[in-house]
Amino acid sequence: MRRLVALPWRKSIQMAFQSIRIRFFRSMVTTMSLVLAVSFLTFTQVGNDIAQGLLAGGSSEHLQALTKAGFDISPGDATITSSAKQRWIVFLSLLVCIVGIINAQLMSVTERFREIGTLKCLGALDRFIVRIFMLEATMQGLAGALAGALLGGIAALLTALIRFGFSLLPYVPWLQVSTTMFFTLCIGTFLSLLGVFYPAIVAARMRPVDAMRVEQ
Amino acid sequence: MAESKQIVRVRGVTKNFDLGKIVIEVLKGIDLEIETGKYISIMGPSGSGKSTLFNMIGGLDKPTAGKVFIDEVDIAQLDAYELAWLRCRKIGYIFQTFNLIPVMTALENITLPMTFAGVSSDDATKRGMALLEQVGLTGRHGHRPSELSGGQQQRVAVARALANTPAIVLADEPTGNLDLTTGEDIINLLKELSVERGVTVISATHDYKMLNVSDQVVWIRDGRIDKIQNRDELEIRTGGLEAAA
Repeated sequence: MRRLVALPWRKSIQMAFQSIRIRFFRSMVTTMSLVLAVSFLTFTQVGNDIAQGLLAGGSSEHLQALTKAGFDISPGDATITSSAKQRWIVFLSLLVCIVGIINAQLMSVTERFREIGTLKCLGALDRFIVRIFMLEATMQGLAGALAGALLGGIAALLTALIRFGFSLLPYVPWLQVSTTMFFTLCIGTFLSLLGVFYPAIVAARMRPVDAMRVEQ
Repeated sequence: MAESKQIVRVRGVTKNFDLGKIVIEVLKGIDLEIETGKYISIMGPSGSGKSTLFNMIGGLDKPTAGKVFIDEVDIAQLDAYELAWLRCRKIGYIFQTFNLIPVMTALENITLPMTFAGVSSDDATKRGMALLEQVGLTGRHGHRPSELSGGQQQRVAVARALANTPAIVLADEPTGNLDLTTGEDIINLLKELSVERGVTVISATHDYKMLNVSDQVVWIRDGRIDKIQNRDELEIRTGGLEAAA
């Protein structure tokens, strides 16, 4: 009797992808808060990177522009660090984002109770359900965070161009900017996974008998 | 051994639901034996414990006291993995609300239990197509549930229930959400498949059309078995219903 049920990875990835594709609008709503939070994070970080590049460039005209733009630099400073206020706002935005993701994912679990119950009636183990939700969150996280990182990066660059003019281009630390964007991409994906964790557990614990319920 | 012909045995099963202040006794001692290959209807008014008994037989719920054996295995002794395996391989479920996975096509819905059972995707597709043909939905394999009518969705559900050639098909009010003719189609389809494949069909129902094809009807009342009637006994009581059989 010791026989096991299985769900190959390829099939779980396919199921997760299909679920996102077909509920595209729903997935967009879930991902939107992530896009916004990641783009805000990227915007501030890339903005700092560019300012840092300008500071390192050392042209007095740029230094003046930096001070005018609100960067707190005293003569002799070699680095620009994000201010406490900036960090606090970024932290809050990420916090709001993760609460938003948990909320949206819990909604999605509630909407899909019948589907989850049915899967369990067909022989799915708890961990299959968790896996499908986690995979969906990874895909949403990667897509959302990528969109957010690009959006934030482009916005930061455009803002810098408006502030400092085209003369800043040679000073943009492209490597640093792309590292920052990669870093925010990872943070975004991680947040998405963190946000789905609890809803996925709730979904997995759902009893198969719930699939039989007729009333919504 | 005569016992081995019984696919389901229910022994002194009681079920209480603890609602905090009060405990409701839903099943008050049920003994029931179901023979392999029979078409059984469980009838009873709402609140009679019909659904609860049905869920026990399906391994979806565990009794407070007493034992439920499915194919001579006591389901209370099974762990989560074994229960999942039982649901996957031994039992096929049909729901009142069809419960197809909305994001999957008809064929994918049917092959899903096969995937869980470890069937290769080529074999699953082949078997899935054959099942679709058997339930009369040839050519609809690429359609999603939203593109199928209620009756067609239930046909897909019937095919899905049969995917892993289970020993038992459990149908919970399978005609509850269908109109009269479509309901009758589904009942006939279930009966046909039951005869053809020797699968035991157990259905909880309000639908008197179901009596027509049942080998045995179990009447539940107030948490107890009121009576068990074989088809020949039914004819007398419901006269005229036998015409289609």
